[in-house]
Amino acid sequence: MRWFWIDRFNEFVRGKHATAVKNVSLAEEHLHDHFPGAALMPNSLIVEGMAQTAGLLVAEALEFGRRVVLAKVAKAEFQYDAVPGDTLLFRATILDLKPTGSLASVTSVVVDSAGQEQPQGEAELFFAHLEPGEGVPKLFEPDELLKWLDHMHIYDVGRDEAGNPLSRPDW
Amino acid sequence: MPSRDEIFEKVQAALVDALGVDDDEVTPEATMVGDLGAESIDFLDIVFRLEKAFGIKIPRGELFPEDVLSSTDYVVNGKLNEAGLAALKERMPFVDLTKFEENPSVQNFPNTLTVEDMVRYVQSKLAG
Repeated sequence: MRWFWIDRFNEFVRGKHATAVKNVSLAEEHLHDHFPGAALMPNSLIVEGMAQTAGLLVAEALEFGRRVVLAKVAKAEFQYDAVPGDTLLFRATILDLKPTGSLASVTSVVVDSAGQEQPQGEAELFFAHLEPGEGVPKLFEPDELLKWLDHMHIYDVGRDEAGNPLSRPDW
Repeated sequence: MPSRDEIFEKVQAALVDALGVDDDEVTPEATMVGDLGAESIDFLDIVFRLEKAFGIKIPRGELFPEDVLSSTDYVVNGKLNEAGLAALKERMPFVDLTKFEENPSVQNFPNTLTVEDMVRYVQSKLAG
């Protein structure tokens, strides 16, 4: 089992910005006890979803050649809690991307029943980009990673800087 | 070239954002690790923010010469030898090492670097 905290991407522009969807559901077991009778999506897991959104954006820009690790949550602020039935959108923007690390800003919004977006939280995330052998084990087998990217629809919605569709790697 | 005070204000803002501290904690004499609680990953973050704030390039190892502090040529029994101190002075002319020289134990180094040292470093980069 993998630790999936986003359901798919709606938008993905290489090295720039991306939007991922997370549907909060009472079928998620962790909500049953958090809290009994009043299920709330933990904001720590929302940060993880934000990090997966921005982390995949960064990793793809580096052609998955480095191990992108969430090194630091520089800032995280939330206005209110997300609950089962909510659709969250995580909008990630890369603020800075260098060979050694990257900084991304991510907002979380809840789409209400009228289709209006209500800001739910925001975070600033810092990723370290490690070379193999820098103390982090291999994070993914290539075929496992590709399956995840397919689940996320990255190659359905993804575009490069010039607006051309991203090509699916031949791993 | 911006004044020393203008540089200080931008360094202060970068440290407030990177370390989650209040601006009144970021005084010129505050030490980066001891007083402001910077950890190793924070230094990478700080480098990013200073590069952006001042439009400068900070090569790896220039602001924090980890290689000197971990070299077996320079460190004997946990202390920097004379060659190590000389290397450190050459690499970090912006840091006042007077106090560190009294007991150049590597574990004392994190409490050597101050906010004012960071300001001097940026000044030297902007002047160069």
